[in-house]
Order: sequence, then structure tokens, then C-alpha cells
Amino acid sequence: MNRRHLIGAALIAATAAAATAAYAVGPGDPSSAEDVDGKHFDADGVPTYTIAEDGTVDWYTYSGFRRYHAECHVCHGPDGMGSSYAPALAESVANMDYYEFYEVVVNGKQDVGSGQANQVMPAFGTNPNVMCYLDDVYIYLRARAQGDLPRGRPAKKDAKPDAFVEAEDACMGG
Amino acid sequence: MKRLILKSACSVIALAVASTAALANEKLTEMEANPADWVMPTGNYANWRYSELDQINKDNVGQLQVAWTMSTGVLRGHEGSPIVIGDMMYFATPFPNNVFAVDLSDDNKIKWKYEPKQDSNVIGVMCCDTVYRGVSYAPATDGHPAMILLQQADTTLVALNADDGSVIWEVQNGDPSKGETATMAPMIVKDKVITGISGGEYGVQGHITAYSLADGSQVWRGFSTGPDDQTLMDPENTTHLGKPVGKDSGTATWEGDQWKIGGGTTWGWYSYDPKLDLIYYGTGNPSTWNPSQRPGDNRWSMTIFARNPDTGMAKWVYQMTPHDEWDFDGVNEMMLADLDIDGETVPALVHPDRNGFNYTLNRETGELLVAEKFDPAVNWATHVEMDPNSDQYGRPQVVSEYSTEQNGEDVNTTGICPAALGTKDQQPSAYSPKTGLFYIPTNHVCMDYEPFRVSYTAGQPYVGATLSMYPAPESHGGMGNFIAWDAAKGEIVWSIPEQFSVWSGALATAGDIVFYGTLEGYLKAVDMENGDELYKFKTPSGIIGNVMTYEQGGKQYVGVLSGIGGWAGIGLAAGLTDPNAGLGAVGGYAGLKAYTDLGGQLTVFTLPDSATQ
Repeated sequence: MNRRHLIGAALIAATAAAATAAYAVGPGDPSSAEDVDGKHFDADGVPTYTIAEDGTVDWYTYSGFRRYHAECHVCHGPDGMGSSYAPALAESVANMDYYEFYEVVVNGKQDVGSGQANQVMPAFGTNPNVMCYLDDVYIYLRARAQGDLPRGRPAKKDAKPDAFVEAEDACMGG
Repeated sequence: MKRLILKSACSVIALAVASTAALANEKLTEMEANPADWVMPTGNYANWRYSELDQINKDNVGQLQVAWTMSTGVLRGHEGSPIVIGDMMYFATPFPNNVFAVDLSDDNKIKWKYEPKQDSNVIGVMCCDTVYRGVSYAPATDGHPAMILLQQADTTLVALNADDGSVIWEVQNGDPSKGETATMAPMIVKDKVITGISGGEYGVQGHITAYSLADGSQVWRGFSTGPDDQTLMDPENTTHLGKPVGKDSGTATWEGDQWKIGGGTTWGWYSYDPKLDLIYYGTGNPSTWNPSQRPGDNRWSMTIFARNPDTGMAKWVYQMTPHDEWDFDGVNEMMLADLDIDGETVPALVHPDRNGFNYTLNRETGELLVAEKFDPAVNWATHVEMDPNSDQYGRPQVVSEYSTEQNGEDVNTTGICPAALGTKDQQPSAYSPKTGLFYIPTNHVCMDYEPFRVSYTAGQPYVGATLSMYPAPESHGGMGNFIAWDAAKGEIVWSIPEQFSVWSGALATAGDIVFYGTLEGYLKAVDMENGDELYKFKTPSGIIGNVMTYEQGGKQYVGVLSGIGGWAGIGLAAGLTDPNAGLGAVGGYAGLKAYTDLGGQLTVFTLPDSATQ
């Protein structure tokens, strides 16, 4: 049930991505225009990050850091820096918009790279460990792409918002 | 249903080939004694990676030259090594797992090339690059011609005619849609080929399987976890540190059905003792990486197994890291040597584990003899309890500060040494009977580890932890060492610091030298006695392959595959962050990117004629 729901959501995201792909010019101005229970959105309603002067990141940026380093870094390298296996997402995210990012993660990509490099991006649309936190991962990579978040673990973070806990429970199945 | 039919078919076949079975085995045992060949990926059944060849020796190795090179046509991480039988060399590439047969007597001409057709989706379920560690050779018997055994990334096990590369049979060993993949070199024992499975980060139920060489039918399969009929254990006669394991020990230390997705994969370097008639291998991490989600000892993940090669029945087991909290897979090489320990010659098994302890056991009984750290940086446990009367006997004594379980979910445990890469990973060591020492490629990397909630979806990553890695603090700043190890005493004899992890398999020779490769791409030769560097040459790409040697036309050659990748290529390509520069520091340690790039090449070295005349 849960999985089917995710796939459905994924398909909608994929369709949306197809419609906007032609206009993709990267993530744009990351300034927060709206704060919804600790989650930030830019003027276009796309999730974004906040980093306070003392380096404190919002919870979602931190959550994205964590999930990136569990689900993505085994191919894409630490800190979105890339590896001998897959591209640096801190660069990729600078060149694609939120909807394209979603589309690639959900559906994967075949025959990436050239010649015998043999790269494939798997489809994660059915994986709750990725899909339930995909906004978070995007937010984290957006901060890395913008150059506002240095490598390594964010030193300080905001507390986990209640809204995050609720959404996580609903998405991960209790 | 299909499996049942296969099983009954194979018992008939087993009877039929019983007379020729011993033959194949004896042939390989005979052939491994011929130093002109490199007859199996491990050098010999005992996993020595040692050669009696001494034309290249410590006095002349400085004059080594490149004899010939060959592109593999593939750019991913190249682990493993070629094998050589007579005039023929065989090796396989990473995915798509092309196999080359090269005629060494005919200008190194490609006699045949086998190109499997695989669904490229398997690439996406391989945890750490599309590496493959080599093909194996099965001598001809009445039942089949000489064959080359390949296990493709998608777990298809293929027997190729060694003469022309035609497919004799193929069989599916696992299900990639569940995250089961293959990276290891299969092992030939008697009339069987024995192989394992990868996928510990996908929640598979690890297994080892024997297939009949005659037709590829399955003879037995032993799981790492599960009830006794799946683990092939006898509750009374299979022992753990001398005591019977008891009924269903492979489920008893798991909560609920977690054992079904419990990991314990089997992708390392196996060995075989023909006299004791036992095969040895290790099992990998329990799934997930979040220890709070799988209470209990999680048997038999992280375990050394001794099994009968004909029936699969386990004789003894030893679990090194009960309830893993750090991803310290137990799959590394099992090396067999008779060692003098306290004045007695012991049939020993030596195993340098990911967890940073190097274990010496009696390979006949499974008795634990030595367990010592082989990198002084190791800090997650103080020691392994050696008192048989202690209720902690054989267990590592975990330091609370570094316990990701005790610190709990959502807590970042810092400064754990070694990192999940282990003090060493699969890169196999060498043993020299001349010195009685083991030559071990190691990592010198520590980590922070934060486990958190994760849920299982078949065929999707099942990890549940965030890791940051960095060079061992307060040391030489590098990320690796190459060491000589005394397994009887449990002591480091000498240690060479390396800038990067040493991810290549070592080779020891009667020429009193040890060879290994580095991630920058150097092939190095060092003095077996003291580790002094005697030769180095930079190959086109970083080396994660294993050095091997052979003789052709009266000349000794040394070969190694270059091709950066694997876990090392992933973790180290961008460089690691500098723990001393404070949290969130920019910069970080220089990455591999500054030294090498993708490649795929075999480089073969020899001496100039002037040096040998």
C-alpha cells in the first residue's frame, strides 16, 4: 500500500519534471521566502536551506546530510564531491532544477557516461529511505552546490521539528 | 520445484562422477606446486600468494622493466588478477565481465574473448563499484574439458571451455532484483565449483553454494543465517570455540524474522585444506548498519566457517564480531599455514579481519590461538577475551565510547578506528614460508558513525547509517600501511606508511621480495626482510588488483591489473576531510583525483636479458 502510494507520487513528480525540464536553469536564489514548521522554501516554492551566521543549519539540511551519506555517497562520494563511480552531485544540482532532480532519483538513468565506463543511476522511487527524505537530500545538495555549506558534518543544527517527526512516521510506515 | 529436480538430478550425477572427482582435485593440488603457473587467483589453496620463482630477486628487481601491456577495454575498478596455466593467461574485467584468453607463447595474442550479455540494471545494485575478482580454472576430467569458471555481476555462474571460450553450462546463483550480485572469484574443489554472494547492503540472506563441475547442478547451499537445514549445521557436532552450537543457532540470536534479511554475505577469498578436507571462508556484516534494529549476536554474520566441501556441513565456526555496530565484514582471506606456536607446530588459519584484529586459529578444531590488533590505531575494542573459562571467551571487549549501539540511534559516534573500510578489506595478503611472515595491505582510516532508522525494500539499499572517514589521527597522516605480520606472536614486524589505503593484493616470492600496488598506480617491490623499497613504477591507473607472477619461455614475469575504483575509488577519489582542521573544514586531504584517473590495463614486468645472463 505504502509502496504503491510512493510510486504514484513518483509518477506525478516525473510528469511534472517533464513539463518543466525545458526551463531548467539550476536551483536559483536559495533565500528562504517561507518557513513552514522549520522547513524552508524559496520564492518559487522550492525547498531550500538556511544557515545561520554561527553555522547552525536548519534540521532539513542536516537530515539531508545524513541521508545523503547513507543512500547516495556509496556511489557519489562524500560531501557530494563525486567518485570514480558517479558524478559530483554538488555540481549536478547546480545545473538542474528541483523537478529534474526528483525525476532522476525516482526513475533512474540508463547508460550514463561514455564508452565502457558503464554507469547506471538506479531508480529509487520505491525506496522509502530515499523518497521520504528526498527533499532533505535536495536541500543539503543545494547548499553544497551554492557553496554555502562546507564539506563534512554540519557543526550545529536546529532541533528536529514536530512536523518532521509526523511526516517521517507517516512516510516510513509508523 | 525446479531446485528439487536439480537436487535429485545432481545426486545421481554425484554418484556417476565419484570416480573422477578426486582426479580434478589432485590435478589442481599438483598444478599449484608448479611455480611457472599461477593456477588459481589465490596462488594456491592455502591462499599464500607466494611463488617459488626467484629469477627476479632482491638484488636485480631494481632493473625490472615493462615487458608488455594490454588494455582491458573497461574503465571500472579492476580487482583480482589473471591466472596462468601453461601457455595461456586468463582474466576477467569488471562489469560487463569480459573474459580474455591470451596466448603467452604467441606474442600475447588474444586467443578468445567471451562477452556476456547482462542487464545493466545490475550496476545499480552493486554497492561499491562493479568490481570482479577473477576467473578460476578447472582441469579436464572424463566429465568435462578444461574449463574457466566466471561468476558474472548478475550472479550467472558460467563454465567456459578453456580452449575456445564456448559456454558449456551456466546457472543462476542469485537474484539481482533482491540485491544479490557477484564480485568474487569462485573456487574449484574436487568435482565442484564453490562460490558466494554479495549484497550485504541490500538485506540479502548470505549463502555459499557448491555446483557440480560436470553440469552446473547445485550440490549444496549453506546460508549464513537461518535454521539448521539452511545453515547446514549439526547442533551437536558443529562447534563454536569448542562447544556445540545448539539447535537453530542461525535464528536464535536474531529478533523475529530479521535473519531473513540478515546479510552475512560471502564474497571474500576462500581456502581449502585437502588433508583435513575443509573449506574456509568468512561472512559479512549483518544488515542493516543500524544495530538498534537487529538486537542479538546476529549469528552467523561476521563468522569464520569451516565446511566439508562435499556436503557443505559446517564443522566449526567462530564469530569474530557479534552484533556488528561498525560494518566490519568478516570476509577477508583465510590463509592456511603450519606455524610454530609456543614450541608446537599448529595447523593454523590466519585471518586479518576488517575489525582490526588478526586472528590465528587451529584450522582443524577452530580453537582461538591469537587475536591481536594489526594496526595500533584500532580502538573500538580493548582486546579479545582469550580465557576459555570466561563467559566473554572469544568476544571483543567493546569500548563504550565507540559503541554505536550503546550511544544509540541518531547519535554520531566519533573517532572510531578502524573505519568501515576496515583495517583491511578484501585486498589479499601474502605469506612467505621462507620467513614465516604474512605481508598485509592495510587501511589506516578512522570514522564517525551515526546509525538511524531505515526500512527494508527488496532490491533497494538497506544501510541506515551515515559515515565520515578520515586518516587515523595523530599518526603519519596517510591512509594506509603495508605491514609484515608475525601470526604466531601477533606482532607487527615492520610497517611501511602509505599516503592512501593499500587496496592491492600482495605477492611474496622466493626472490626475497614482496610486491604490492598503490592507489596512485605504483607497483612496488620491497625487501621481504625489512620493507626497504627496491623498485617502483607508475602504471596508467590506480591499482586495486592483485600482483601475480608466472614463468614463460624461461623468464619470470610479474603482472598486475590497474584500474582505480572499488570502495577505495569511491571514498578516496574526492579526498577525505581533515579531522584536525575542525568540523566542517574546507580543504581536506588531497584526493586520489590529483594522482590518477579511470583506466583498465594489464601491465606485465620482467627483467632485461642483461640482468639474467
